[in-house]
Amino acid sequence: MSAVAAERVKLMSTRSPWWTSAVAVVIVIGMTAIVVATWDPADGPAPFAVSGYFATFGMVVVMVMAAVAVTSEYRFGTIRTTFQAVPDRTAALLAKAAVVVPVAGVVGLVAGFGAWGVAWLISPTSMSLSTDAEWRVVAGTALVWAVGAVIALAVGILVRQTAGAVTLLLVWVLLIENLIGLIPRVGADIQGWLPFVNATNFLTGGGGDAGGPPSMSAMAFGPWGSLVWFAGIAVVLMAIALAVANRRDA
Amino acid sequence: MIEVRGLTKRYRSTLAVDDLTFQVRPGVVTGFLGPNGAGKSTTMRMVLDLDRPDAGEVRIDGRRYRDHARPMRTVGALLDAKWVHPNRSARRHLQWMAAATGLPATRADEVLELVGLSAVAGKRAGTFSLGMAQRLGIAGALLGDPPVLMFDEPVNGLDPEGIRWIRTLMQGLAAEGRTVFVSSHLLSEMALTATELVVIGRGRLISHGPTAAFVEGASGSSVLVRSPAIADLVPAVQAAGFGVTPDPSGGARVTGATTEQVGELAAAAGIVLHELTQVRGSLEEAFMQITGSDVEFTAGGTHPTEVRS
Repeated sequence: MSAVAAERVKLMSTRSPWWTSAVAVVIVIGMTAIVVATWDPADGPAPFAVSGYFATFGMVVVMVMAAVAVTSEYRFGTIRTTFQAVPDRTAALLAKAAVVVPVAGVVGLVAGFGAWGVAWLISPTSMSLSTDAEWRVVAGTALVWAVGAVIALAVGILVRQTAGAVTLLLVWVLLIENLIGLIPRVGADIQGWLPFVNATNFLTGGGGDAGGPPSMSAMAFGPWGSLVWFAGIAVVLMAIALAVANRRDA
Repeated sequence: MIEVRGLTKRYRSTLAVDDLTFQVRPGVVTGFLGPNGAGKSTTMRMVLDLDRPDAGEVRIDGRRYRDHARPMRTVGALLDAKWVHPNRSARRHLQWMAAATGLPATRADEVLELVGLSAVAGKRAGTFSLGMAQRLGIAGALLGDPPVLMFDEPVNGLDPEGIRWIRTLMQGLAAEGRTVFVSSHLLSEMALTATELVVIGRGRLISHGPTAAFVEGASGSSVLVRSPAIADLVPAVQAAGFGVTPDPSGGARVTGATTEQVGELAAAAGIVLHELTQVRGSLEEAFMQITGSDVEFTAGGTHPTEVRS
């Protein structure tokens, strides 16, 4: 427990986690507000799905925060002090996850409900929160961002350098998983198994007016299955990262 | 008490630490001497379980580092003063360390007071001068009030006042009965600070024992003698089986003899002496002589960069 307390002090005692979390929330809420406010009335009221449009972009920012929480320790050498205090590296790194992952979840919760809240204020008629699919869009952001933070921590532990880890995460989440869908014949089938495509499927898939984008016709799972698959990949990545961290020199 | 047994570490083709065995006992300052790249830092990292040895092990007060429940309360270490987040205040830096080893946050202010950094406790560590960073690192080492302390090159780059402060601190900690293990490539500094010396070169143990014995045994003390009748004295001394070399002062250096022996030889021959002095070899000389080919000193006083993982 003392390791978790230490990680809490670490995360809260520099400014960048506060800033990145704020940026993530502002991007999601701000963009949702802009889109709903500028929605062309000729197209009818803004659909409910708009409140989930920007969750991925906010998640990427929170993932950068999570990755930097690890890579900055390698950058400045404090990871060695951490391992001096807690020589069980699995325990030390899981303590960091025990702080960073809930923070990512809470930030996701704020962003999810905040985005829905401003959309509801601007367009109350189309934004009533009732169906399972609608709740997933709003509350699911917290779960997806928390799992995303696990993946970002694992990548941070494996790569150890801020620039490398951040680039890898951005390219992976924003480019690779989308580009694979462009491969003829097999692309869509492969995409159905990719972790962040599954995260989006959890948030927006499963019918209703919050139906997923057309490229996700070949999803391997339903919404909740997608979340389990996404979380499973995160756990496997973290297990690999912990094994590597235990083997190599700090 | 630190016990190092058969410690070996290989980085690809380089053998950084080669079957190193020694003990560091409590109550005195033990110096860890060797040129840059000799394997001092690597050894210290293995003591703390940061680097994984390829063979051998280290025990601290009888147990491996990782088997101590709260290792920072047993071993306090300063390996690199730059291991701080530059945007975190000195107080917060020590507070997370205190939390990690189960100590109250107030302990951070106590050690800051101890190293004289109370006035800058709230300042970001990145703004600290080298001397202040070094003090902050020492505050971190003292945090858990540990019986074993380890410092890697603590006086590097410090001004004379800082060097004096650290020297006094280390001797004070040893006098309290703690084990104090401090590395340096500055031989003269070790002569002033350390009672015991562990000397390594190219990862191998070269010598281990009292500092005084290391200097004496290695450099072979000599006697400087000046006399108006030096031409008569030299054959007499040589006849007694001692080596003699001319000294720039016009006198002679007698090796392997004591002042008593030279004085008695002069008296027996009725020779007047103007000077009779025991000359101690410097630690540098001793080091060069003992280590011979085991060191990688380069000319001009520049040293190869220390091997790091």
